[in-house]
Formats: sequence, C-alpha cells, structure tokens
Amino acid sequence: MPNVTITINGREMSVREGVTILDACQAAGIPVPTLCYHPDLTIAGNCRICVVEVEGWKTLQPACATPVSPNMVVRTGSPKVRKARRTTMELLLAAHDSNCPECERNGNCELQTIAEDMGIDMNRFLTSPRPVSVVEASPSVMRDNSKCIMCTRCVRTCDELQSVSVIKPMQRSCDVHIATFEDKGLSNVSCTMCGQCINRCPTGALYEKSEIGEVWAALEDPEKFVVAQTAPAVRVGIAEALGLPTGRNTGQMVAAMRMLGFDRILDTDFTADLTIVEEGNELLSRLKAALVDGRKDIALPMITSCSPGWIKFIEHHFPGLLPNLSSCKSPQQMFGALVKTYLAAKEGIDPSKVVSVSIMPCTAKKYEKDRPEMRSSGYKDVDYVLTTRELARMIRQAGIDFSTLQEEKYDRWMGSSSGAAVIFGATGGVMEAALRTAYEIITGKEVPFRNLDITPVRGMEGIKEATIQLPDAMAPGWEFLKGVPVRVAVAHGLVNARKLMEKVASGEADYHFIEVMACPGGCLGGGGQPIPTNPEVRQKRCQAIYEEDCSLPLRKSHENPEVQLLYAEFLEKPLGHKSHELLHTHYTEREL
Amino acid sequence: MKRELLLSAAQPELGSALRKAVGMTPADVAFEVRNAKLQGRGGAGFPAGVKWVLAGGASGDVKYVVCNADEGEPGTFKDRVLIEQYADRLLEGMAIAGYAIGSSYGLIYLRAEYPYLVPVLEKAMAGMKEAGMLGKGLFGGRFDFDVEIRFGAGAYVCGEETALLESMEGRRGEPRNKPPYPVNSGYRGCPTIINNVETFIAVPHIILQGAEKFLGLGEGGDSGTKLFSISGDVERPGVYELAMGSPLGDLLELAGARDVQAVQVGGASGRTVKSTELGRSLSFRDLPPGGSVIVFDKSRKMLDVLDNFMKFFVHESCGQCTPCREGNRRLRHAVKAIKSGEIRTREDVKPYFDLAETMRLASKCGFGQTSSNCFVDIVSQFVELPSGGQGGN
Repeated sequence: MPNVTITINGREMSVREGVTILDACQAAGIPVPTLCYHPDLTIAGNCRICVVEVEGWKTLQPACATPVSPNMVVRTGSPKVRKARRTTMELLLAAHDSNCPECERNGNCELQTIAEDMGIDMNRFLTSPRPVSVVEASPSVMRDNSKCIMCTRCVRTCDELQSVSVIKPMQRSCDVHIATFEDKGLSNVSCTMCGQCINRCPTGALYEKSEIGEVWAALEDPEKFVVAQTAPAVRVGIAEALGLPTGRNTGQMVAAMRMLGFDRILDTDFTADLTIVEEGNELLSRLKAALVDGRKDIALPMITSCSPGWIKFIEHHFPGLLPNLSSCKSPQQMFGALVKTYLAAKEGIDPSKVVSVSIMPCTAKKYEKDRPEMRSSGYKDVDYVLTTRELARMIRQAGIDFSTLQEEKYDRWMGSSSGAAVIFGATGGVMEAALRTAYEIITGKEVPFRNLDITPVRGMEGIKEATIQLPDAMAPGWEFLKGVPVRVAVAHGLVNARKLMEKVASGEADYHFIEVMACPGGCLGGGGQPIPTNPEVRQKRCQAIYEEDCSLPLRKSHENPEVQLLYAEFLEKPLGHKSHELLHTHYTEREL
Repeated sequence: MKRELLLSAAQPELGSALRKAVGMTPADVAFEVRNAKLQGRGGAGFPAGVKWVLAGGASGDVKYVVCNADEGEPGTFKDRVLIEQYADRLLEGMAIAGYAIGSSYGLIYLRAEYPYLVPVLEKAMAGMKEAGMLGKGLFGGRFDFDVEIRFGAGAYVCGEETALLESMEGRRGEPRNKPPYPVNSGYRGCPTIINNVETFIAVPHIILQGAEKFLGLGEGGDSGTKLFSISGDVERPGVYELAMGSPLGDLLELAGARDVQAVQVGGASGRTVKSTELGRSLSFRDLPPGGSVIVFDKSRKMLDVLDNFMKFFVHESCGQCTPCREGNRRLRHAVKAIKSGEIRTREDVKPYFDLAETMRLASKCGFGQTSSNCFVDIVSQFVELPSGGQGGN
C-alpha cells in the first residue's frame, strides 16, 4: 500500500493507505479514547467514544472504523468532538452501575479512566434509576450486566478468537443486553469457561468467580494444612497484576505466598514435568501399537489435554475426536491427586486436613476442579482455584509490598521444575517439552536444536506445524521409528483449534501429535491473567517464560529429580497402575 | 394515486425501456441515470446513478441489485401503492440496474407487514419471465436477471441499507460501519446497489425519455417527480405525485389541509415546520422528502405528537451505538418532563438539545442521526419555555 498524506490536529503526516484514523493517531502518539475497540478483535464502531472531526463530513467519524484517505484533515480534540464524547460518556454512565469502589475493576477500568480524563463531575442525563447489579453465575465466569456498556468485546472474543459464540446481544434499543441463548446461562451452553471475555471487558461486567474468601478461611483455620501449587504462567503475570512491569517473579511470588500463610508452596511445574513423562510415554506406546502391532483402533494424532477450556470445547464440538485426547489429566489435576496421597504421606499429614489450592492463569481450571472425575485421591483433588488476579488481590489485601520481597524457594517433594515445565505457559511449550523428552527416550540423544530451543513450535502464529526427522540410529526397542518424520502441530485460541480439528476429522491432516491451548498465546494469555491483554503484553510474558526456561539448570522434564523420586518411591513406572489410578482420566461427550 | 405526472401517468409498453437499455452499453445506462440526477426516493436522496456507476466499476464476479421495499417510516405508504400497481415496472427497473452494474441477481427486501404483496410480485415475475424479460437470456440475448423476494422481520432500522443487508444475511438488523460502502462490499461482501421501490420505477422513464426530460420535470433545479403519502388532518389523504422541488403548500392544497399548525415532512425522522413555512420546497435542498407528509391542525398538542414519535424511536433503535440506544430514551424522558412541568425553562431543556446534537453528529447510522430532529423542531418551535436561569434574558 502506498502512503498518503493526512493532517491531524494541524500536524501533517504520511501514513500507510488503508490504516484507520485511530491507527494513525496511535502511531503519532495522539491519544484517542476507545472503548469498543480492542487490538485482538474486529472493529465494531459502536461505542462512539473515539469520534473525531473530519473536514468535509457533516457528522463525526469513529476513528477506529474510518480509514484514512488522501489529504484528510482530522481534528481529535475540537469543541465539537469534546462535547459529543462527553455527552456520549454521560449516556454510558447514566446506564451504568457506577458504584466504583465496590467494583471488581475499580482502578483498572477503561470506562472509569476515560470518565476521569473527561472530568465527568456531573451527569445531566441521570433520568432513570441506575441499573441494579444482577449477577449471572457459572463455575468460572460471572456476568453483571449492570456494568455492561454494550461494547460487544466479549461477544467478538467468543466469536472471533474462540469460535464458541455462546453470547450475543438480545433484544434491542435500551433493552439490549448480552446473554446466552434463551438466557440459559453460561453453565448450560457450550461455554468453555476460558474467560477470554473477562480479559477483554473494559468494565466490571465480567469477572471470575472468586474463591478468595474460601482460601482465606482455610489459611486462618489452624486445623487445615493448606498446600498451594502455582502454574507456569502465573510467575510471569503476577507483577503486572500488582501494577509492576512484566517480569519473572517466581521467587517473590513464593515469598509473598509464604507471608499469606500457605503451609506448603509447591509448583505445578512439577506435574508439568510429570505430564511430559506420562504423555510422552503414552504417545510412544500409541505409535508402537499403531506402527508395530498394526492396531487400527489406536487414535492418532494424539492431542494434548492440559487446557480445560480446550477439553470442554472438544467435548462439545468434536466428540468423535475424544479418543485422540491424551488420557493424562492436566498438571493441576495430577498435582491435586498427588497432594492428598503422595505428599500427605511424605509429610505425615491426614489427607482430610489438607486443603489443596491452585494458583492458575485460567478460569476454566475453576470449572475443571469441580468435574466429578477429579476425585481420585478419595477427596476433592483440588479444593480451590485462584486466578493470577485473585492472588494479586490477596497480596494487596495482606499489605505485602511485593516489589521489595526477597526471592524464596518452593518447598520440597513437589516443588522442583525443569525449564521444559516452565514453557508449558506459552503456546508450543508442551510440544517442545514433550519433544525434548521423547526424542531422547527413543534416540538416546538430545533433540537436534541449538540450546534445545525448538523454535519452529514457538511464536504467536495461530497454527504452527513442524516435522522432526528421526535419525537412523535409535535407542534399543525403538528401531521401528527409525527415519520417521514426526509431524506435529500446535494451535492456540479455539478458533485455530477448530480449524485444526476440522482437518483432523476430515482426514486431511496426518500429524502424530498436536498441542492445543484454549487461549491466545497459551496459558500466558489465559482468562485468569492480568488485564489488559493484547499482542504486545502477551509477547512480553512469552519472552519472560523463555528466559526463565533458559535460566534453569535442568531443561528436560525427565531430569526433574523430584519426578524421578516420585516414580521410584510411589508411582513405580510411567503409565503404571498407580499412574492410571491417579494421573489419567476420561472424557464425556457434551451436547451443543 | 392522485395527480398523473410521470410514474402515475399512462405507462409505456412494458419492457420497452429494458429492451432499449440492453441495446446500450452498461456504462451508458448507468451514466444516463446519473445524468438524470435521480436521487434516492427512500428519503436519503443519494444519487442513484452514482451508486450504479461505482458498483458497475467495482471488481467482483457476483453483484447484487437490492430493492429496499421495507417501507417503515410512520405515515408512508407510497411504495405499497406502487408495488400494487406497478410491480412489473419495478422489476423492469431492477433488471435495467442489473444490466448497468453487471448483476444477474435481484433481491426485493419486502416489509414484513406486506406479505399480501407477494402474490402481486410473483404474478408480475411470472408474466415477465413468460415474455422473456426476466430469467435466462433476456430478449434472447446473453443477459440473465432474476429476482427473489426476502422478508424483513419488522424492524424499522432495517430500512437502513446496511442493516437491511445484515438482515438479509440472517443476522441481527444492525447497521454496518461505512466504508466500505455497499457498492464495493454489500450483500455477502459483493458489490451491491440498494435502491428504493420508487427509484427503480422511475428508471424505465429515464431510459426511454432520456435524462434531459427527467431533469426538466423537476422545479428549481430538482430532478423528476416524487410521490408523497400525505396523511393526518387533511380532507383527501393519499398518495400524490408532484414535481420534485414543489412548494409544500401545493401538496397541502391538493390534499385539502386546513387550519394547519405543523407539517412533518419526511416522516418521524424528517423535519417539522410551521404553517408559516409552506412556501418551502419539497426537495433534498430544503425539506428532504421521504415518502411521508403528516399534517397537524391547530387542535393537536404537539408535545403529544412528539411523545408518540419518541416512543417509536425508543422502540425501534437497534441498540448498537451509544448515542441512539441511550439518547432516544433520554429525549423521551425530556418530553415527559416538559409535559409534567419538571422541565420548565429553556435552561432546563438545554442539555437535551446538546444531546440531540450529539446524536445527530455521533450516531452510527441515519436512524440515530435523524431521530432527534422532531425533538429539536417541535420543542424549539411549538413549545413555549420561559427563560428561568441566572443570566437568562
């Protein structure tokens, strides 16, 4: 596209033809308020807060939806613009439950910020009572339409990023509201509980179902032994949720949690490493059964099962592919099953006194822990799930100054991690971790990538494909795989997962192994992560995750010493009897 | 229909204009319509020929001709009368448009309340097909054109052309962002022209008689004739045809209006004028004429009239954009507040004029941009509010 010359606020500039006025303003550092605009989504142009004056037009134009044209003259702060924006903001606020101090998003609300910038001290249009808070609940996602400004970012997120499409505007005019089909509620439709809608809500209309109260109660109960696990992506998100720059804050996070009173602070990374050992062996045994034994009933490609939003999606949309899912539980649930068995025994604690809390970048994990099959320890394997945001809130509630904390270490038995486990938090990470281990099992050598970085499966491309050529020299017992090109694919964001599954279902794809994560960017972009999310934020978290991987002495899951100890003392062997009892699960077809 | 000028006069032989058009180049047909300055008869007044030229030049193998028959403006019924009487001319106009822009597909988006017009249209289609004027290979040539009927679901906003497209594609009837304009990306993303029933019916006349003749029919620089549905406090309500640009008073005289207090031109979203302004012209330069003219005599309480219109807009807003969704209901509140005495002074009502201005400037589509017109016109001209605030005069 050629460049065009435009003038914004008297400043002449050259911009690429086809960009919007908003793009041009952002590139030039000219602030324009937006609400319905989100960099991850298509343009709606419905909030009208970004309107600008364009010379020659009778009406104001939405900067987000209006492409530049040659010699366009734009004013972003003229009296006409300011008045229209202010009136529009008053209208939004008049229809909004503006009880800010009692709102989930107080202090991190786009509506509040813009209202403050505009100096809305008095609303001329409060002609009806403000809407009253009515909360529609689900195990993960809460909706309070009294805070909704009808920007439809949640609707577009559900449609465009996740292809789930369970929420839509219903009715019209001032009765319009976002709802599920026939108001069935998110629990009764094919919502995956991914929480991506929460991450893109500009106000407090969407938020997670909080379990902070329950966790405080457990921490304050002297009878309880409260064990926490922290997911890989939480450590690169927690700082943002506390208003600090993105970083690797594993040690500070552990220190803060110790101050909160958790009896043991352990790492989901431990079961991420365990997942790799179990899942890697599962994949190899499937390949053997299919290629050597010639069994036709073996489902390939095998697909990862770490992401509970993804699991619910495939149960609703592709039930025919359920046999392709790895039977491995997610790392959270493996961890939960071991806490009240293995760990309780090691610590000499009555498992009925153990409260198992997980800190997750995810809202679907809240739903996952309540699934009836997740009680293989004889108790509820995971009692409570907190999002990254909820942990940050507890840290603030406790008055902990996170930025000055000294780094501390995880507790033992289930607290050690390899770099391979850390990268579970990024799209492609499970695949990379699995390849690092599986390649070594079958060839006896390290994966042939510099510094073990399997770059073809990294990055933010929606669907990534790679072929790993196996060598001719194989480890004993694996000769049948000699020279085989192992084809793998990675998808993140359910819209991409759907595309990939359609290819698998139609037989068009011939992969051996597929990784799917429900959320864009993988867990680092999870529905429980700090708000806002956008490509830039996700890129920063991704970088932090790979830096953490590099910084760890062990880079391969099977080298995790505590995982080795677990097998030696408890599980005996991968895919063994105890593993099947505690670490593996089954799936359920669900209707649409 | 009263008065016989162009559309309502003795019609030329059916198909003669279409036959003439397919003997011309498509571009020449579009230019002829453009040169005739035929402005959209639905009320927005966009030059139809410009749409045709743009759509003709737009790239795309598949293009669509859409007839907007979603006549929903309160007080308008001219398109219903036209379809009842001239369904075949409408189809002829659409076929000419199809030839001009390179489209073989016509779609009539028919108002949900007009199902009884379906047999009328179907009969006309069958007749034209039999005569080789619709379907495969018109007049034995290589140009194909066929028409389908689609139904609206009763939403007023679906008369807005992009909301109409959304509705036809099976989604909520909500206006789209423009650009892209339908001439480039319309129905199913293909180049599409959308014209009103009356616009299409004028086309055969333009093709047969030429742009010059059509231009000459208007008064004061306007082009062609225009149908008006006139109702309210008149002795002879009905559909009248007048030269475009005629004075409002001529129409009122024809319909027998007496004791006039106010006239609303162009429907609820049009302009409301006082009886002293009957010399103003029915033209896109002055009082933009949609289909509807409603006369209110001196017995009418204009605030009640306004309340009724605002109730309509509150009901019909699609709810997509903030100024329209939230603005109309606040304006309706203001009307009630004036009636109840809660709003007493000019200062009290001023915020609502600001609101009306914001709705006009910042709403996404023509609905929200015009729904405050009646508030502004009626409150400023027909409601006496004293100045009461400090510093007021």
